[in-house]
Formats: sequence, structure tokens, C-alpha cells
Amino acid sequence: MTEFLRVLTDNWSLFADGFSNTVQLFLYSAVGSLVLGTLLGAFRVSPIPALRWFGATYVNIVRNTPLTLVFAFLVFAVPKLDVNIDYFPSACIALTVYTAAFVCEVVRSGVNTVAPGQAEAARAIGMTFDQVLGQVILPQAVRAMVPPLMSVMIAMLKNTTIAAGFSVLEAGAIPAYMSERGEPQFIVLIWITIGFLILITPLVLLQRSLERKWAVSR
Amino acid sequence: MDRVADEALIVLEKVNKWFGPLHVLQDVNLSVARGEVVVVIGPSGSGKSTLCRAINRLEPIDSGTITFDGQPLPAEGRALARLRSEVGMVFQSFNLFAHKTILQNVMLGPVKVRKEKPAAVRDRAMGLLERVGIASQADKYPAQLSGGQQQRVAIARALAMQPKALLFDEPTSALDPEMVGEVLDVMTSLAAEGMTMVVVTHEMGFARHAANRVVFMADGQLVEEAAPAEFFANPKTERARDFLSKILTH
Repeated sequence: MTEFLRVLTDNWSLFADGFSNTVQLFLYSAVGSLVLGTLLGAFRVSPIPALRWFGATYVNIVRNTPLTLVFAFLVFAVPKLDVNIDYFPSACIALTVYTAAFVCEVVRSGVNTVAPGQAEAARAIGMTFDQVLGQVILPQAVRAMVPPLMSVMIAMLKNTTIAAGFSVLEAGAIPAYMSERGEPQFIVLIWITIGFLILITPLVLLQRSLERKWAVSR
Repeated sequence: MDRVADEALIVLEKVNKWFGPLHVLQDVNLSVARGEVVVVIGPSGSGKSTLCRAINRLEPIDSGTITFDGQPLPAEGRALARLRSEVGMVFQSFNLFAHKTILQNVMLGPVKVRKEKPAAVRDRAMGLLERVGIASQADKYPAQLSGGQQQRVAIARALAMQPKALLFDEPTSALDPEMVGEVLDVMTSLAAEGMTMVVVTHEMGFARHAANRVVFMADGQLVEEAAPAEFFANPKTERARDFLSKILTH
């Protein structure tokens, strides 16, 4: 047990740096993918065929590409176009672009749970597409979107560990450093698992409280 | 004839609409004058709801023209939204915004579409709810109201936009029988005040006493139109006689 705690306390700064970067990666990419994904979701239900086509094509290409490949594209291919982005922002962009495709599908399926009469009534009083979506459809779609959206966010939090393979020091990169220092891998991995459980807990609590809040006002 | 055209608020000319192979509107011509109440009747699937929904372009048409207040219906975008704000619509299934209170339902259009001041809209909205007899329920949600009450709110919501015309798409068909009267009472009083109305309905009583004109549709065609007294006493076509004999004998 003392050995177990020692692994953490002796290497505290490495753990702290790693998880702090993981949290930052997660927060930037969460905001980015929610905004981009909602926009793409709006495209997919819009009355303009070109926007619908763009949304569907984006989802089909990005969702079917392995995340590692998206990372490789941003870290290795984009610099060849003389666009130089640092490793950390590259990782944020990769996670945002990838996760947005999943958010888009959650938004679209949420919109589909709202009765079509709601949109018709909103259009009939003269609302524009943005207003129909923003005032009437999305507020009602959100409650159906919360559980799958949280699953997507939790998946993304764990996907941040792929950035370790692309020169970002985050939680997924800790094992490599620790093995250089000769620390026992088994204990290191358990600590990282505990770290992720701690990070995911607030998301689960947020989901519960949102579900409870919206269940009442129906 | 020209005089009639000048007064017409809604004009449909040679309107055609297909749902796949089904020709639901066939060369439909109809003109509704300002202040006129036109009741559209006919068997299920005759195209009467489609006709009603085509007037504010909830159903786009395939050919022909529809003009409202002298302007052809815009195809999409803001111009269409503006036109729809001038044409109230009442649906069979009410379609009140489920996440908004009764008062918010009535206020949403004027505040968001017309950008009116909420304080002024609130007074007008409460006045309209008073008028349809639901003012005491203003803070409830739609699901807490009966069907008849919801439909009266839907009428108040349409009136809040101060529309030039109101479209009713089978407004009482989803209601329990004892609630039909309260909705028809509101509609009758609107008709008496000179609101231009197009009403798709199976309520023959309403057609008889509130309509200026009855339009009979069957199989996508506008078969017959006449003043209600004349239509019910003396239908000219076999199709209309057959329809009336089926619904009036029970």
C-alpha cells in the first residue's frame, strides 16, 4: 500500500501536468465540438439541399475515419501545406472535428424526437428557420439529447489519450515516462484509471441533474 | 368580375399538386374575398387539407399560382416567413409549443417575429386569452389543458399576430364531442366580426350558419361552390348529393 501511494506522490508533478493537459484538451474540444456539431446538425435538418448534403457528407467521411488517422492528418499532413500548428492546438482541432460528427448525429436524432407539428406551428406564425430551431425545436430536443450527448463527451474524454501518440503530454503519455523512471506499470495504470474515473464523475452527475431538471418541466 | 378580383384577399389559380403519383389538387381555382368565410367540405382524401395548407405554403404546390393580398406567395426565406405571419393557421392537433406556458405560446410570435415589446404583447395576449375564456390558465403548460382549451389557445396564438386571414385545418376533428361547441363558438364570433376565414371542417352546422360560401371538394377537384343554404338544400352535382346523403342521414 505504501508502494502504491509512493508511485503517486513521488511523481505528482508528472501526474498533475498530464491530467491538467487532459482536462484542457477536453474542455477546448468539448466546446468546439458542441458548437460545430450543433451547426452541422442544423445543416442536416435545414430546408436547403446543399447544406443537408454538406452535413451528411461530413458525417459520413469523418465518422468513418479512425481518430488516429484524423490526428495523423493534422499533425503530419497539414504541416506539409506550410501551415504550422503546434501539437496541442492540433490535438484540439482533431478531437473537435472528429467528435463534431457524433454530436451532429445526436442533435439530428434529438430534433427528430420533436413532433413535426411543432415546427409547422412555428413556421405558420412566421418564424424563420433559425427561430424555429432555436425557439421551438432545440429546447424540446435537448432533453432527448442529454444522455447520448454525455456518452459522446465521455468517449471524447477518453479519446484525448490518443494525443499522447502525437507529442502531447497528457494522461495517456504518463505510462511511457513512468516506465523510463522504472516505476511499476501496474500501479501507474491503476492511478491513471482512477484519474479518469474522477474526471468522468462530474459528467455523470451533470447528466443526472439535467435529466431531472427537464423531466419536471414537461 | 374585376371588382371581385380587386377585393379578393386569397386567389388560387390552376393550382396542381402531386404526392408521388397521387394528383391531390387538380386545377383548383378559388378566390376568397376580404371578410369572407369559406368552408371547405368533402370526403377524406379529397385534398381539402392540402388546399388549406397550400395557402401559407406549408405544402408547396407543383404548378399554378397563389396570391395573397395581391402578392404571389414567396418561395422560401424571409419573404415567406413575413407572409405566414399575416396568415394565421389553426391545426387539427393544436400544435401548441409544449415547452412554453399558455401565455408564452400566445406571446412568442409577436415578440420574436414582430419584435414587439413584451410588456405590450402581454396585455394583448391576456386580452385574447380572456376572449377565448382561458385567461385563468395562462401560466399552465399545454399538456395540462383539455383539447378544447388547447384549441382555443391556438386560436388566440394565431390572433396575436393580428393576421389578415385565418386558416382552420379541421380544427374540431381531434376533439371530444362536448368540446367541439366551445371552439366553434369562438370561430363563429370571429366570423361575425368580419375575419377572413378558410375553414376545412366536417361541422355542417358551422358551415350552415357561419359560412358565406361552401366549397365542396372531391378527388382533388373543386366540384361545387355555393351559398350554404343553397348548397345544403339543392346540391347540383351527384358527388355532392351522395356526400350529403351519407353525412346528413345520421
